[in-house]
Amino acid sequence: MDQNDKWVEIEIMVLPCESRTAKLPLDTSQVDLIARIKGFLLGEANVGDLVKIKTISGRELEGKLLAINPAYKATFGSPVPELIMIGRELREFLEDAGDKQP
Amino acid sequence: MNWPSFTEVMSRRDEVMRRALDINYPDLELGRIVFDYEKLMSICKYDIHEIMEIQRSFKVSNTPLYELPNLTRLVRRISEPGKGARIFIKDEACNASGSFKDRRASVTAHEAKKRGYKGMVAMTSGNYGAAVAAQARMAGLGCIVVQEVFDSMGIGQPEILEKGRKCEAYGAEVWQLSVGPELFYVSLVLLEESRYFNASLYTPFSVSGIETLGFEIGEEVIKKYGKPPAAVLVTHAGGGNITGTARGLIKAGCSETQIIGVSVDLSGLHMASDHDFNRKSFTTGHTGFSVPFTVNPDRVDVSRNAARPLRYMDRFVSVTQGEVFYVTEALVQLEGLERGPAGNTSLAAAVAIAKEYPEDAIIVVQETEYTGAGKHPTAQLTFAKQMGIEVSRGNPLESIPGKSIIIPQHPSQIGIKDLEMKSLKMRYLNTVLGNAGIKSYDELKVDEEVYLANEVRVNPGGLPELVKGSLN
Repeated sequence: MDQNDKWVEIEIMVLPCESRTAKLPLDTSQVDLIARIKGFLLGEANVGDLVKIKTISGRELEGKLLAINPAYKATFGSPVPELIMIGRELREFLEDAGDKQP
Repeated sequence: MNWPSFTEVMSRRDEVMRRALDINYPDLELGRIVFDYEKLMSICKYDIHEIMEIQRSFKVSNTPLYELPNLTRLVRRISEPGKGARIFIKDEACNASGSFKDRRASVTAHEAKKRGYKGMVAMTSGNYGAAVAAQARMAGLGCIVVQEVFDSMGIGQPEILEKGRKCEAYGAEVWQLSVGPELFYVSLVLLEESRYFNASLYTPFSVSGIETLGFEIGEEVIKKYGKPPAAVLVTHAGGGNITGTARGLIKAGCSETQIIGVSVDLSGLHMASDHDFNRKSFTTGHTGFSVPFTVNPDRVDVSRNAARPLRYMDRFVSVTQGEVFYVTEALVQLEGLERGPAGNTSLAAAVAIAKEYPEDAIIVVQETEYTGAGKHPTAQLTFAKQMGIEVSRGNPLESIPGKSIIIPQHPSQIGIKDLEMKSLKMRYLNTVLGNAGIKSYDELKVDEEVYLANEVRVNPGGLPELVKGSLN
């Protein structure tokens, strides 16, 4: 692969809902089992197209193009008001006991 | 690649597993219920010092054991006079990929390499994926990680998304799946196709890798303080952490140390439910895994599980999600340690349990894990609110998993709920005896009595009552 190759994410329908295991709660049994995996795009395509990719291990896979160079989306979220005062409360609780912090 | 049918793949399960592990499980069987557990463990041929050497070469082990003096002072403020044990924590976040899971993955990688495999497949949504990916790099092996990540709306659990990123950072091929137990089916297909080693969490390699953790704690506490820890608290999910830690403590001469398993209470949530999946703020170390694994340890990807928590656990307690978030904040604010949720689960219980012990007793929380985007209280609580979970301060006992998270207003509100060991043992016995078609105590042979007494950790004299209770 060279630097012009596109790193993409595809979606593969692994098991349609009717082929899934019998031991599932109702909500899960009504939806398909989907896999997402990344690799280098083989050829040119637009999001939504059926494409082929080569994964980092060299495996060739086919699936629907979800995103080109997808971002890592997990973040630290927002500051949580319910947590912000805990440190101060705990320090004050220890100090009230005449138990000053070193 | 082709996707063979679910039933077709599952019918080849034993054959695929045999090739992917090279362990002859039928050889261990000694009748209709008994198997030779110590023979299984001895398949990992190294003694504890050899395992330590392997782990050092994989940038694992010898993590610091820190005392938490400010949390101890806090506990003493809410304890009866003379009570409030010294709390210590083993900073396992210092291992190569940021958690104790490196201990399991290092021995597994060493063994996969030695047995001539070209790579490893790990089925896990937890830190173990990153550990296997990191250790694969060091051993020069390929790595595929299969995770359960998102619901049918395509929404990913933040903590698992982060773990997926970390696996990819180590160059692993990461399969991110929607909700469902067929993660196992996908892994079988990938094992079959790749001919890689099954880096199962439940092999003797994986569990022996954790023995060094208990051993290091036992040796260090005895050497510095002249006595074994009174209790070691272990975040409990699949049972490996309890089993390995306890075995290591025993090898360090700490047979009297109480082994306390701790899980986050997620009762009421179904682990295979597409709807419930994103309504929990903890992805492991919770009762949704730990209870079924405790009562039915062999329902895993290998035919005999090396992790057998009922053999080693003295006590099993649960804490609420809100209590763990509160204690995570206390660890940062009072001790200057910002760490991830796994170790903080047992730390939450430590705050309550330290109150039961005298001031000169030592209790140890045996792990921390790295924290980061996705696996941090702000990330999880922001996500929980987006998913419609009510987050508030108040009495944590009033929280309902999947509906509300209540963060304590005061340290005295941190409590624990004891899960009834006797009832868990009876559920285990009910499963084993039921599978073998045994209907009364009198049908048991002598070797079966000895085996079952070991499995549920009772004196032989106590077994009849448990067996009879389980058959009723």
